[in-house]
Amino acid sequence: MSLATSTREQLTGESANLDLRKILEHAIHGILLSCAAISIVTTVGIVVVLLLESLQFFREVSLWEFLTGTRWSPLLKPQHFGILPLFCGTLLVAGGSALLAIPLGLATAIYLSEYASPLVREVVKPMLEVLAGIPSVVYGYLAVVFVSPLIRDTIPSADLFNAANACVVVGIMILPMVVSLSEDVLQSVPRSLREGAYALGATKLDVTIGVVLPAAMSGIMASCLLAIARAVGETMAVTLAAGATPNLTLNPFEGIQTMTAYIVQVSLGDTPAGTLEYRTIFAVGLALFVSTLVLNVFARWILLRVEEKYE
Amino acid sequence: MSLEEHKRGRPFAKFASQAFALLCAGATWLCVSILILLLWNIVSFGLDSLSWDYINRFPSRFAEKAGIKSALVGSIYLIGLTALFAVPVGIGAAIYLEEYSPKNRWQTIVQINIANLAGVPSIVYGILGLGLFVRAMQLNRSLVAGALTLTLVVLPIVILAAQESLRAVPSTIRQASYALGATRWQTVWHQLLPAALPGIMTGVILALSRALGEAAPLVAIGAATYVPFLPEDVFKDEFTALPLQIFNWTGLPQKGFHEVAAAGIIILLIVLVCMNALAVALRYRFSRNKRW
Repeated sequence: MSLATSTREQLTGESANLDLRKILEHAIHGILLSCAAISIVTTVGIVVVLLLESLQFFREVSLWEFLTGTRWSPLLKPQHFGILPLFCGTLLVAGGSALLAIPLGLATAIYLSEYASPLVREVVKPMLEVLAGIPSVVYGYLAVVFVSPLIRDTIPSADLFNAANACVVVGIMILPMVVSLSEDVLQSVPRSLREGAYALGATKLDVTIGVVLPAAMSGIMASCLLAIARAVGETMAVTLAAGATPNLTLNPFEGIQTMTAYIVQVSLGDTPAGTLEYRTIFAVGLALFVSTLVLNVFARWILLRVEEKYE
Repeated sequence: MSLEEHKRGRPFAKFASQAFALLCAGATWLCVSILILLLWNIVSFGLDSLSWDYINRFPSRFAEKAGIKSALVGSIYLIGLTALFAVPVGIGAAIYLEEYSPKNRWQTIVQINIANLAGVPSIVYGILGLGLFVRAMQLNRSLVAGALTLTLVVLPIVILAAQESLRAVPSTIRQASYALGATRWQTVWHQLLPAALPGIMTGVILALSRALGEAAPLVAIGAATYVPFLPEDVFKDEFTALPLQIFNWTGLPQKGFHEVAAAGIIILLIVLVCMNALAVALRYRFSRNKRW
């Protein structure tokens, strides 16, 4: 009898335990769900904060003037609120750095993926990871201390801080990204394609240029777009390297200002909160957010299609 | 192709192929030499200013007397607090997405959203931090406001890395655990997390080293660049951080400050290299001790 009671007690005790465990499981489920929800909240937060202040801004400055105006001088009288000079500066830096990083990065990726011995890969890849891990402000320092004097020595008419200066350091900065993303894409091209070409008597050059590159082309384009998006959002290096004069020009040896650098300029100054001048950073931030988002979404869309192709 | 042409073959094909290989190898060595040149320049420029005094002094108006103490302490606080916020939330989100979430359209949306957040420029997070933490939550320019902003910057990195390591745990381990009657959380806590921990730690360290180097979001929330004291109250006191201090010194015209900035960069890079080495060591141990 005593045995039966104790078993029953054990059973009821266990069922109470089970209830508790169920509640605990539910609680944990809720906590984890809210952790995942934070990512959505962040996106909503970015959009809400940028839109709220930007709407206030666009009450005083028309959207048309903002998007098509060719002069940007919100901090000086007479004020002008045309974002084109900032946009042009951003484009110049992103384009210039891409021109530098993409050929060099792609050639490196081809070497690492198609030619290099395993030993060279093992040595070079971590070194590129180090290059990728160097903070942006360090590149800004290099632009000021090393690249700028170099450019001024070669082209004496160049401004002290100029777009070319920024292009060089941002190019070096996005280089590891181009290499590692492109190399991944090249590696994902099936071996059978290469072997088929070799069997037809192709040289290594024929295989690389004629077979592997075309097969990997859309993925390489996506990785280049991701790198360009990074260059568009790049802040500290550009602020230090490119100067602070909004300038609607395509001459890389003139001083310019990018969207990111303008936000830094206002943040460092003492513009009082709530004024029109202060709200410009939210409007510029919104323009920056939209441009990088478009580039990123487009790149991911291409990558998604590539994945489907080889599955 | 005529027979004549066929007989001639492609006499330059081999040569062209080798030339191309040489070109690509040249590009690779150019990349590597750029890295070495950059590091060499910084080290040779900043080594003279680097001393125990330099680490132990506050910033100054004079380059010879400038030190990095407040920035170093600020960065340590900042990374500690960021880890405190970002690690549990990031791992929690990853567990939810991998183990709990039903595989429906919502999960796809959250996943795409996280990938896009990873591509948002850090200065935009700074603007969000300014609107949300500094002003709406009244945290002012405190360490907590800075750490929360940096948390948002690195959260996507932590989540993606943790998801990847959870996904790498074979599903047989999950099935065995469920077969023994374990609940979902028991499976996660006793089986999946220990197995995925080295991978998660690697991701966390890489995310924190990103946070350590970020200056843009701190500038946007209005963190001070000249702080001649140590922060005591993490909710109130102003602070500065290593990348911010380096930015400030680099922006000054005097050459003396550039040397001080180079010394600051050396310290920053030493810390980053140590963190990266730790991540690599973890990855190595993980690949050796794999149980499956």
